[in-house]
This record gives sequence, C-alpha cells and structure tokens, in this order.
Amino acid sequence: MNPIIELEKVTISYRENVALKDISLKVFPGEFIVVAGPNGAGKTTLLTAINGLGKLLKGKVRVNGVIMSARTATYIRKITGYVPQVLRIDPRMPINVREAVMLGRYGRIGVLRRLSLRDEKVVDEAINLTKIRHLLTRPIGHLSGGELQKVSIARAISQEPQILLLDEPLSNLDISAQEDILRLIEEVHRSKNLTTLMVMHYLNLLPRSATRLILLKNGNLIFDGPLQEGLKEDILSHLYDCRVEVIKNEEGVLVRVKR
Amino acid sequence: MEFLTYKFLQNAILASFLGGISCSLIGVFVITMEMPFLGVAMSHSAFAGAILGLLIGVNPFLMALIFCFFTAILIGPLSDRAEFNPDTAVGIIFSVMIGVAFLLLAMIPGPKTEALSLIWGSILTITRRDVVLMAIISGIVVLLITLFFKELQAIIFNREIARSVGIPERPIYYGILFLSGAVISANLNTIGGLLIFSLIINPAASAYQLTYNLKKMFLLSSCFGVFSCLLGLFFSSLFNMPAGAVIIISSSIIFLICLLFSPKKRVMKGNYE
Repeated sequence: MNPIIELEKVTISYRENVALKDISLKVFPGEFIVVAGPNGAGKTTLLTAINGLGKLLKGKVRVNGVIMSARTATYIRKITGYVPQVLRIDPRMPINVREAVMLGRYGRIGVLRRLSLRDEKVVDEAINLTKIRHLLTRPIGHLSGGELQKVSIARAISQEPQILLLDEPLSNLDISAQEDILRLIEEVHRSKNLTTLMVMHYLNLLPRSATRLILLKNGNLIFDGPLQEGLKEDILSHLYDCRVEVIKNEEGVLVRVKR
Repeated sequence: MEFLTYKFLQNAILASFLGGISCSLIGVFVITMEMPFLGVAMSHSAFAGAILGLLIGVNPFLMALIFCFFTAILIGPLSDRAEFNPDTAVGIIFSVMIGVAFLLLAMIPGPKTEALSLIWGSILTITRRDVVLMAIISGIVVLLITLFFKELQAIIFNREIARSVGIPERPIYYGILFLSGAVISANLNTIGGLLIFSLIINPAASAYQLTYNLKKMFLLSSCFGVFSCLLGLFFSSLFNMPAGAVIIISSSIIFLICLLFSPKKRVMKGNYE
C-alpha cells in the first residue's frame, strides 16, 4: 500500500527557533494517529507541514502522491480537513453556524461558482453527522467551546476530505464535552474512511480507534510506533522531563506525574 | 427643486452617493477583519501621494493610487508575520506618510488651495471627471464583492481557515488591500485625506451593531454611508460648512444611535435576525 502522507527530512522553523527538525514519516490510508508531546514540541507544526500552512525550510512533503509546492498546496488543502485549536471569535461576527460549515465546501467549489444541490447535500450530511442542526441559525460567536468544535469538525467533513487533521480538539472542554467530541471524531474517522492525525495534550482520553502514537520533543521525533508501546513510563518520562506514571486497566490509560 | 439643475450640485450629489457606497463597503472588511490600521495607513499614503502628484504635475489620483499600492504591498506581508505587530508597522508608515505629505505641502509654491482641499475635501467643487472615476471604482467594488462573496465571507470568518479549506486566500486578501487603496484615492478630494478614515469606519461599525448577517451588513453600511454623505452635502451647501466635517459628525451620531439600540447588547436565544 502506498502512503497517503510522506514526510522526508522535513525542517520547519519560525524565526530563530526550529519547530520541526529533520522529520521523516509515512502515514498509510485509514490510520488513526495520536501526536503528543510537551508545549512547543512541534505538534501543530507537524499538522501544518501536511496541509501546507507551515513553510518548509528543508525536505519534502508528499500528500496523496502530490509533492507539496506553492502550486499544489491548494489541491492538498482541498483534500485535507483541518480543525485548528479553538478560535477566538468576536461574538458580533456576522456569520451564522450554517455559513461557517458551508465554507468548508468553498475551496472545492472554486471561485466564481455557486453551491450545487450536491454541495448542499454534503453540507447537510455533515450537519447531521455532527448533530448541530439545532444551532444552524445561531451566530458563530455565540457557541460554547464544545459546540464550536462540532462546527469545526462539520466544516472539515463538508470538504469531503481524505485526511483529517485535528489540533487539540479536546482542550478547553469540560469532561462531558471531551467525551462527546472524542466519540464524534471516532465516528467521523470510521464512517468517512479517513486518515486521521490528532494532536493531543492529555493522554488520558485516547480514542479507541487510534493505533499509532507519534511523540515529539523540541521538534524531534522521539517515538513513532504502536500506541500501546509508546505509553510506557520510561518513554513518557523522557518526553516530559519528569517522572511519569502510566496506569493501564480495561477502562483505558491514566498518565500522570508521579508524586 | 430648481437647484438640482445646477451642474455642480448634481456632481456633488452623485459624489456623495458613490463615495458613501464605496467607502462604507470597504469599511465592512476593515471592521470585520479587525484592521482599522489599514484605513489609517492607506488614507495618509493616498494623501501624501496626491500632494506629490500636485507638486510634480502628475494626476493626483494616479499618484495616490501608486502610494496606496505600495503601502498595501508593505502592510500585507507585515501583518502576515506573527512576530511583527501590524499596529507598529502602520504607526511607522502613518507617521512617515503624514511627514512626507506636510513636507511636500510646504514645497508647493504659491497658494495651496488645491492641496489643502485634499486634507478637508471639497464636495462642491468636484468635476464630472471625478464623478466618473468614482463611479468606475464603486462599480468595481460592488462587482467584486458580488462575484467573490463566498470567498470574502470565509476570509472574514478566519483567514487561516479560509486558506486551510483551499480558498486562494492570499490573492483575495491583497485584493482587499488594493481595493481599499483605490477607493480612498478616488474619494480623496471629496471627503479629504484626514477625514476619509471615519467614512470608512463609522458606517460599517454602525451596521456591525445591528445584524448577524454579512449581506445585510454590506447593505446597511452603504445606506449609512450614503445618508451621512448626503447630510454632509446638505449642510455644507446650506450653511457653508465643510462637508467632510459634517459627514464625519453625522456618521458618528449614527454610530452612537446604533450602539445604543444594538440588539447585540441583549442577545435573545433563537432570535438572531
């Protein structure tokens, strides 16, 4: 099977700080990967390397067989759904939820063209899947964190992507909303046959469908392998520079600092 | 109604109408994308450019346009870089431009009536040629907003998201910057370089208080813009007041009224029209 995402010796830097150093990895269709690491490890940068929002200093990125360049980035973005960290939205923003979901389609439709019936149908499906129909006429600035995440996910799905990139989708949510969004992400991943990369800050609420773990520290790849193999005390203690305790049971995993 | 047959008054009414529409439409971008700095920098660059045009005998509109374009090219990348606060960049450009403008103003020999009218604007003395130019620019603004509405809506929502879904965000964003330069240059001798900024900000800021719908915001903003301009024209022709000043005061009063009666102050669930 050919990889859908391939990074070859990718280096990205912002100002004098190197955000990603010489990273090489292959992602295969259908994989669900969790990306973790301390603050400033380069997790978000890894996602932006894949959708071309980050500027490559060195190396090569290939998505769906296409090498990332200024010319191909737009194509790659159209097939890549991106859910960024929770946005700050002005409560008076003159855009409602339906419009915010719909704009996920605009790249695919192209400039000077209108939404077709099919486009409307795709958007409707995304709205149903994420269960946000009751919010459609609400101004986008009036949503709670969890509702906003659902809208972001709906927008990404309405792109009909092959790849889904999620940047800390559970941060700043209450525990019930976290669970709700996590289930939604798993359902979307499964029902849409996506390749998913999800940046996570906390390792206590891991998606059941996730099979692979990528750990980043100071822009370096320090672990890339099966999820369960990465959730080990020595690896995570090295990752976070402190003594980490990993408690596993049939309910899941609990990762915390050893006291 | 006999006064309407005066050519200068016809021109002035048309100019109020066109100036009101084009400035207030551009204002919607300035307000929703939170870049008031853009209007300040652009209007002062246009002002400096126009004065340079007068000094060296080149069409002031053309020089204003060129200055605006360079400002847009300068501001665009600066505002894209996270390490540089765009307000700092604009503060520098703004002060340099105002310095250049007054330096050039001092260099113009003899009476400086024409140059000074670029500061305060003179709606009653503009020519049919100015009106045609304003009509072309306003037409382009309306046409582009209609054609690219969905992309503009996405960019107004969030530039990074617009780019991430595959919208050519950069060219459109730069298009907005250039377009505001063109609008400011075309309206310079009607409203004046020092006051045009308010005609860009006030009507759009007023409309922003009233609606959650972007189309309605464009519509309301242009109504407020035209109304302020016509009011300015009315007072200036009747009481010999400077039109620009009246336009600014009336648009500010409209803003205050909208702010006071804004439904956004008392948000009721389920009723967002």
